[in-house]
Amino acid sequence: MSLRNFKIYRGDDERGELVSYQCEVTEGMVVLDVIHRIQADQANDLACRWNCKAGKCGSCSIEINGKPRLGCMTRMNEFEEDKTIVITPLKSFPVIKDIVTDVSWNYKQNEEITPFSPSEKSKKKDFVMMQKDVERVQEFRKCIECYLCQNMCHVIRDNEGKKDFSGPRFMARLASLEMHPMDEADRIEDVKEKHGSGMCNITRCCTEVCPEEIQITDDAIIPLKERVVDRFYDPVMMLFRKIFDKKERQKTKSKVSSFLKMFF
Amino acid sequence: MLKVDILTDRLRQDKWWISPMLVLLGLLSFVVYSTWAAWQGEYFWWSGGSEGFGGYLSPFYSPTVYIDASKPGVPPLDFSLLGSWPEWLSWLPGQSPAWLILIFPLSFRFTCYYYRKAYYRAFSLNPPACAVQPIKGVPSQVSAVTNGNINAFNSGERYDGERGLLLFQNIHRFAMYFAVIFIFILSYDAFLAFFNNGNFGFGVGTLILTINPILLGCYTFGCHSIRHLMGGNLDCYSCSLYKDKVTHSSWKIVTFLNRRHQLFAWLSLVWVGFSDVYVRLVSMGIINDINTWGI
Repeated sequence: MSLRNFKIYRGDDERGELVSYQCEVTEGMVVLDVIHRIQADQANDLACRWNCKAGKCGSCSIEINGKPRLGCMTRMNEFEEDKTIVITPLKSFPVIKDIVTDVSWNYKQNEEITPFSPSEKSKKKDFVMMQKDVERVQEFRKCIECYLCQNMCHVIRDNEGKKDFSGPRFMARLASLEMHPMDEADRIEDVKEKHGSGMCNITRCCTEVCPEEIQITDDAIIPLKERVVDRFYDPVMMLFRKIFDKKERQKTKSKVSSFLKMFF
Repeated sequence: MLKVDILTDRLRQDKWWISPMLVLLGLLSFVVYSTWAAWQGEYFWWSGGSEGFGGYLSPFYSPTVYIDASKPGVPPLDFSLLGSWPEWLSWLPGQSPAWLILIFPLSFRFTCYYYRKAYYRAFSLNPPACAVQPIKGVPSQVSAVTNGNINAFNSGERYDGERGLLLFQNIHRFAMYFAVIFIFILSYDAFLAFFNNGNFGFGVGTLILTINPILLGCYTFGCHSIRHLMGGNLDCYSCSLYKDKVTHSSWKIVTFLNRRHQLFAWLSLVWVGFSDVYVRLVSMGIINDINTWGI
C-alpha cells in the first residue's frame, strides 16, 4: 500500500481546475478504483461515469496523463510511484461535469448512417453465410462504443472536423454494413461526401487507442477509402463496372437511349 | 482557469517525440542518400570486367533504360533497353538513368498508406503523435520565430485531410501497378547476379540482390490496394463457387503481409539502399566481392 498523488479536472465546459488529491493505492487497483475511493472519501461531488468495470461497456473513458484510456482497464502498477497522475475528461467532447463528457454528437453521427438493408435473396430461408464471409464484419462487432477513437482522432480533436467527418467509430460501422454479405444498400457515395472519408489522413491513432484492438485503420477506413477510389478515382474500374456490372450496364443503356431519343 | 488552457498536449508525460524523430531521421537519411546516389550516374554495375551474361546491378538503376558508356562502373551498351544516352535527356542531373526509374517506386512509397502515417506525423506534424496537438503552419513558424511575431505561430492553416491538395494520394493504386512490375525486374536482376560472363556461381552480392526483391515483394504484395483488389472489395466469398477458395485464400495471404506492412516497408527501404551501397563499393573497387567465380 502506498500514498499516491493525483490531479483531477474539476469544473465544467468553460472553466475548471486540476485539483490535487492523495489516495492510498493497494495491489490490483485500477484508475477507476482510485476515482471511486477519492469520490467516497474526499470529494463526494466528483462526477464520473462508469458501469461494468470490465472494459466492456465503454463508459469510463477518460484521459490519463494526456492519453485517452478506459479507467477500469488502466492498472495503477504501470505508473511510477513518485509521479503525479493527471486525470482529465475526453478533450474532443463538451464537459458536463468534472470528468464526464457529453458524447451525444456520436449518436447523431450514427443516425446519419443508412441502416442495415438485407436483400430479398438473403431473406430467404436457405440463405447461408459462411464463417469466412462474416469474419470481417464480426471484428467490428467487438466495438464497445467507448469513443476513445473518436476522441483520439486528430481531425475531430484538433482540426475542428466534426462537421465534415463522422470519425473512426462510424467508419467502422459503415465498413461493417458495407461488407455485410446480406446487405444491399450502397453507402459509398455517403462514405465520401456525408461521412468524409477523405478527411482521414491515416495517422492510425484510432487503431492505437482501441481497447478492443480492432484494426480500425487497416480493416475499416482503408478498405472504405479503396472502395471510394473504385467508384470515383479509378477509370479502369469504372470501365470494368460499365461492362460487367448489370445495374451499371442498365443505367448506361437507359442514358444512351434517352440521349438518342432527343434526336430521333 | 479556462478548460482549453488545462486540456493541452502538455499532459502527456511519456517520450512521444522519439518515434516521429526516428522516422524523420530514417526517411531523411534515405532521401539524402538516394538523391546523391541517383545524381552520380556511375558505379552502379559490377561484373569483374567481363561483358558476358550476368553481373551485379544496383536496384536504383534497374532497368537499364539508357546507358552512358563513357562513365565508369556502368554495364556494357548491350545491356541497355533503349540504347545510349539520348541528347534530349542531357538536362538530367548527372546524366543519370536513376531519375527515370526512381519516380515509380518513389510515387508508390509516397502514397503508401503506411508511409502516410509516417510522414504526416514526422514531417507535417499533424499530429506529431497521438493526442498531441498538431503543430500548425510549420513554414509560418519559421517566419514567426525570425520576425518575433508569436501570433503568426498558428496562423493560416485549414485542415482538409486528403480532400484538397492531397487528393492525389488516390493514385496509389496506379503507383502499385508499376511497383509490381519492378518486383519482376528486380527478380530478373537477382537471377542475373547468379552469373558472371555466362558462368553460374554466387557471391555476397548475389545474396544481397536476391534478398532485395524478396523484401520488396513482401512490402509490395502486402499493399492495401492489392488487398482490396485481391478480395477486399467483395462482400461475400462463398456466394460464388469459383471464387470461394481462390479469392479468400489470396486475400488471407495478402492480409498476412499487410499486417506486417510497416516492418517490410522499413526493411525493404533499408535493404534497397544497402544493395546500392554494396554494388557501388564493389564497382569502385573499395571492397572485394567474395564469390565462387574467383574474381
